[in-house]
Order: sequence, then structure tokens, then C-alpha cells
Amino acid sequence: MSEVVIKYENAAGKQNNTTCQDSITCNLEKNIFGKIRIAAHSKSNLAIKILIISLIAISTIAFLTFDYKEINFAEAIMATLHNVKTVFLEPALRRDTVMGVAYQLFVTFCLGMLATIFGALFALICSLFCAKNISHPAAATVIKSFVAVVRAVPTVLWVLIFAVSAGLGSVAAVIGLTFHSFAYLTKVYAESIEEIGAGTIEALRANGANFWQIVCQAVIPATLSYIVAWTFMRFEINFANAVAVGAAAGAGGIGYNLYMAGSMYFDLHEMGFLTYVVVIAVIILEVISTKIKTIVR
Amino acid sequence: MVKDKQTIFQKRKIAYFTVFSSILALYILSSIVTEFKLTDGVMAFPEAASWIVHKFVPDAKAFTRFPKIMDRLLETALLSVAVTSIATVVAFIFSLFGSRTLKSHGILNQAVRMTAAFFRNVPDVVWAMLLMFSFGQNILTGFLALFFSTFGMLTRSFIETIDEVSSACVEALDATGANFAQIVFQGVIPSTVTALITWALYMIETNIRSATLIGILTATGIGYLFDMYYKRLEFGSASLVVICIVVLVIIIENISNKLRKVIS
Amino acid sequence: MPILEFKNVSKIYDNVTKALEDINFTVEEGEFISIIGPSGAGKSTLLRCINRLIDASQGEIIFDGQDITHVKGKELRSIRTKTGMIFQHYNLVDRLSVIENVLHGTLGKKSTISGMFGHYTEDEKTRAFKILKELGLGEFVYKRCDELSGGQKQRVGIARAIMQQPKLILCDEPIASLDPKASKVIMDQLVSINKNKKITCIVNLHQVDVALRYSTRIIGVASGKIVYDGLPENLNQETIHKIYQSNANDLITDVSGGVHGER
Repeated sequence: MSEVVIKYENAAGKQNNTTCQDSITCNLEKNIFGKIRIAAHSKSNLAIKILIISLIAISTIAFLTFDYKEINFAEAIMATLHNVKTVFLEPALRRDTVMGVAYQLFVTFCLGMLATIFGALFALICSLFCAKNISHPAAATVIKSFVAVVRAVPTVLWVLIFAVSAGLGSVAAVIGLTFHSFAYLTKVYAESIEEIGAGTIEALRANGANFWQIVCQAVIPATLSYIVAWTFMRFEINFANAVAVGAAAGAGGIGYNLYMAGSMYFDLHEMGFLTYVVVIAVIILEVISTKIKTIVR
Repeated sequence: MVKDKQTIFQKRKIAYFTVFSSILALYILSSIVTEFKLTDGVMAFPEAASWIVHKFVPDAKAFTRFPKIMDRLLETALLSVAVTSIATVVAFIFSLFGSRTLKSHGILNQAVRMTAAFFRNVPDVVWAMLLMFSFGQNILTGFLALFFSTFGMLTRSFIETIDEVSSACVEALDATGANFAQIVFQGVIPSTVTALITWALYMIETNIRSATLIGILTATGIGYLFDMYYKRLEFGSASLVVICIVVLVIIIENISNKLRKVIS
Repeated sequence: MPILEFKNVSKIYDNVTKALEDINFTVEEGEFISIIGPSGAGKSTLLRCINRLIDASQGEIIFDGQDITHVKGKELRSIRTKTGMIFQHYNLVDRLSVIENVLHGTLGKKSTISGMFGHYTEDEKTRAFKILKELGLGEFVYKRCDELSGGQKQRVGIARAIMQQPKLILCDEPIASLDPKASKVIMDQLVSINKNKKITCIVNLHQVDVALRYSTRIIGVASGKIVYDGLPENLNQETIHKIYQSNANDLITDVSGGVHGER
């Protein structure tokens, strides 16, 4: 309701409860409409309201300022529906063999795998120096800021930036994908490590354990299940990113096939086939990842 | 006892060894398939890093383009907020029928879950290329492509959130004789609002990055600008685009972190 | 006229698991009944069949002179407004204020729109406040529910049930998550509601001693069947053994202490 409140009765009633017994409604307050207030006063409710209003306002501004270039909306939608039908209901493979596609899918899978392995390896080391409870606070802040910057750059831009000197190929793709994985995993690993109880680490410190002993005896065992779960989740993301990067940067794999089918040959049937292959692969990965998460827990 | 301990340690050793060797095997296999050579990677890295430091920095020409870059960046930011806001509302309505908590009809329930899974798993690049045919180089191409994948992602998350957070209070409101709409507004929304907003904020951030990628494919927004400078080898201007994206994403990340703390 | 009657009620989950088997009992107005039994015996299912949160597979349930076994939609909701329910985990909306949660008890009688947006009349608000005050929560009206202790949350749950002005209150393990002191407060309040407001109470409990101390009648349930239905005084060690299917000496109960307890 409203945030402005007028006290219903004297303030003394609130401090001294015994005087309050006979008056029925002395703890109740009124809102600006003169009705009894029922909502809790909290910063968080206010923040939520402000946020929702701002999001609506920004979205409205967005739609008003977009340059629609006098598009014929009805026509475009009809064409879209027709294309959706072609892609999803009439998939066909014309320019490649099933084996060829399977191989390209495997390439994408391997690109994602390499990026995950490298990303996890570097992130594991880096997160040890960036978790506040086991590292120096200043070092943690510096590394965290650096990682935040790396994470803010879209994966495809990393790939394109590295492609300038390394050439467009698997090296650029892997390095580009690794960068974002590394930054993401460092953040989530560090957060898992920071959740370890202070007592565990203190006890080891009191026993004279050094940094690496603490890491091996407390940090790794306590966070292993989280680390495994996050790493697999990242692998799913990396697979999807590898598809996207293949399409947008031409970095190989099934994404590149998609790009060729969609933007070079304009073959919607083939695009449909490739899409189904990717979707099935993603679903299989999701199932495996869920299984692994339940086993690790 | 001693023997037990030994076998535990041995088992652990064997487990570590198995994990380590299977990762190594995967690495070797992947390297062969993708023709990735570690030496090339290691060699390329310092070279690339020094190239970035020396050549990938904004030059004087880049700054003359700053207003244009800001213009496109603002467009991308507005796009990702608008997409996420609308997808949040639509996904929430869908998730009400996809959650088990609210006991919607079995077929409807399955249909919603299947739809969400479909939109989530079809890569956004496919949507982008598909929509390019009908909408052309239009902002709506990016809008719809992002909308579809955001919608799929959020619907699944919201279904999980509702089933996790709201089931208790939904049962209680059901027991008071409240109807569906009352249960949603008085029970589901208040109990999940924090989680919904956290997801929406996260998606705004993600969508700015995705919008860049889709922009490259569909020749719209900030992604197009980067791609254009990049292909013309005007790396100074391209680097300024990257810096602007980084600043925007970090600002949004900080705002959402602060908000998350306040609304919890 | 009995307020509630179960006639040959059975519940079978997924066509295999028998949760309830041929349940027969009647409840008179003003009774305070405890349903005891081991976990998984079907206590929860039995209680939820009464307000149809769970549908019985077979049999008839008659509440307040009406066969409610198959009622649907609006009619079902109006039946539910006559039965309040209290839960083990309180089932409150944590982000809302205490009084908003209590006012949820009126939703079944309100129009969709005013219920959706939480528009309550001034009468309803003062009534909610009076109930809260009776339960000793006068100072907490505007607190968010997640700021309360377990015992306080359960009192909000009770207030919500009373707000419905029900004929029957169903309590599903109301004290299972509470410490002994808070448990006593809650049980005492339930008894006083039962006596002063003349509301019939059916309480699921797993503590035999509490059941003996507070209830006017005990129903013992084991593997989906009623194995005891009678006065607390007549419940002996042997029957408890039958209900819990274990040696009565293994149970942490004190039958004699319970019988000569507060009642």
C-alpha cells in the first residue's frame, strides 16, 4: 500500500503494553487513505516496487525509441511462421552426410571440453587466491575485479580478438571460450570456498597448517561437490557457446555448419536438421549433468 | 582398523588417479579432434596479449565515434531490459501452469514444460538466423531471438522456484478456500518475488552479452558496430566498443548485486 | 448430528500403495481428537481427506451434513472455508506481514479481485487484530513472518485458521517442529479455542503423552487402518504397542503421567 503512515493513537500505547489492553486497536496504524495499514514496512518491499516501476519505464522507453524501419509486421510474422514450419517440421540433410554432421558435433563437443578443462584448471588455482577467507583481502579484491572485467566481455568477442593474432581456428576458439569459463568458474569456486565455515579453517591454522595444507585438507574436500556441479554446468554452457561462436565467428564445429546453412545457402531444411542435432545433444548433456549432480551430492 | 584405513586411502588414491587420467584422456582426444595444439596455444597467448596491449587500444579516431557507439550501446541495453522484462512476465504466467504445486491439468503441465524445454534448447543463433529471413536487419530480429531463449530459460527456473518455495503456502491458502487467482497473488507472487527478480536481473546481464553475439549475426546493435570495425581492421574503434560493453555490464552487475542485497 | 463422518474411506496412491484402508469414524461437535501413529501410517493423508486437499479413492466423507466426497470448484472452496488448517511447517507467506497472513483466512469468502489485491474491510482487519492479540501477538502485527520464532509463526497459523471462523480445525503435527515450551503454549491455545470458541479440533500428533494429556478422544492409526478409537483413559500399553508396532517400552512415553496430567 502506501509508505506514509499516520499513527492511529498515542505513541505511549506502543511503549507500554499494559495500558493497551482495553483499547482494541492501539497497535494498528493507518495509511494515507485513512484505512488500517496491513502491509509490513520494509526497505525491501519499497526497493521491489521501485525496481518494477523502473523496469516498466525502461521497457516502455525502449519500445518507443526502437527504430523499426517501417517493417510490415503482419507480413513478417506470417513469413516467420512459415520459416518456423520449414525449419522444425521439415528438417532434411542435403549438403552433408550424417557422419559429417556427427563429426562436426563432436568437434563442438571437444571445443567445449577443452575450454572447460583449461578454464577449470586456471579457475581452481585463481579462486584460492580470491576467496576472502583463505587469501589476503587485498589480493582477493584485485583478482575479483580482474575476473569481473574478463567476464564482462562476451565470449564471441574474446574469440574474435584472439583470432587476429592466432588465426581463426581451434586455438582462437579454445582460448576465447576458456577466458569466459575461467572468469565465471573463478567467481563461483571462490563463492563456494567462502561458504566453508570459518571454524574449519581456523582449527587447521591453529594447528600450524600452512596455506597448501589448508587447501588440500579443508578447502578441496569441503567444496569438491560444488566444484564438480559448477564445472559440469559450465560445460553445458561452453557447449552452447561453442555452437554460437562457431556460427558468429566461424570458429568451426556444428555452429559453422549452422551458419553456412542459414546465412550462405539459405537452406532452412538443413538448418532444421542441424538444430535438432544440437537440441538432442544439449538435452543429453543436461540429463548426464543432472545425474552427476545427484551422484556427487 | 589400520587395514580399513589403508584401504580407504588406497581407494581414494585410485579414485583420484581415475579422475585425473580420464580428464587427461578427454584432453588428448579433444585436442586431436579439434586439431588444437597446446604449444600453439601457449605460443599464441603472449603474442595475442602483447597485440591486445599495443594495438587493441582506442585511438583518436575511435573517440570521434564515441557518440555513435554510445547510441548503439544504449539501444542494446534498452533491448536487453525490455526483452527480459517481457519474458519475465510471460514466463511467470507459463510457469504457473507448468508447476506441480498449483495442480494444473496434467496435459497442460506437460505441454508447458515441453514448450519451455524447446525454447531453452534451440540455440539463440538459430532463432537469429531464422528471424533474419522474415524481419531482416531489424531490431525486432534481435528482440525476438533473445525473447525466445530468455523465455525458455526463465520458465524452467520459475517452475523450479515455485515448486521449491511456494508449495507450503499454496497448500495453506488452498485449505482456506482461496481460488486460483487469489492463491497466485497472495501466495505465489509474494513468496517467489525475490527469486524472480534475482533471475530477471541475471538475465538482463546475460542478455547484453547475448545481444552482442546476435548483433554480429543479424547486423544490429552494438554487435554490428564491433563487427564492422573489426572487419575493416579498425581495431582502435573495436576496442572502444569492447570497453564500453565491459563498463555497461559491470555497472549493471553492481546495481543488481546491490539490489539483491536490499530485496532479500 | 455428527459434524464429520467417514464411511469406508480408502486412499490408494498410484494404484498400488494403500495409504488408507476402510476408515470409519464419526466426530461430534466440540470434540478434541488426537490422531496418533507412527510416521507413514497415513495420519497426514487422513487429515487432508477431510478438507479434500487429497481426494479419497473410495468411500464417503460427510461434513456438516453434506456429502463432500465429490464436490468441486466453488462448492469445494466454500467447504474449505469451514475448516481451518494448521501445519507442521506453519506454511505462512514469509514475506508478508503477520496481519496479512491472518487475513488470508478470509480469502475463501471474498471476491476474486479484492482477494487478489488484498483489499480487506476495516472490520476484517480489526477482527484479525483481535485474534492476534488474544494469541499474544499484538506487538507483531506489522512484523514480516520470517522475523518470527517457530512458536510465534505457529500462533500466526492458528490465527489464520480462527480468522476463517471454522466449524472444524485440522492440525497436522502442529508441534513437531517446536521446542517443549512453545509446544505447550500451542497445545494450550488449541484446547482453549476448542473450549471457548466451541470449535472441533482434530490433531495429528506423534507424541503419545501429549495426546493423552490434551485430547478428549484418541484415534490410533497403523498402516492405514484405525486400530484404536476411544477415550485416552482406556489406552493401555498393549494398544500403544499395537499402534506403533514395536515394544511399548522402547517408546518415550509416560502413560500414567499423561492420564493424571492436566486434564
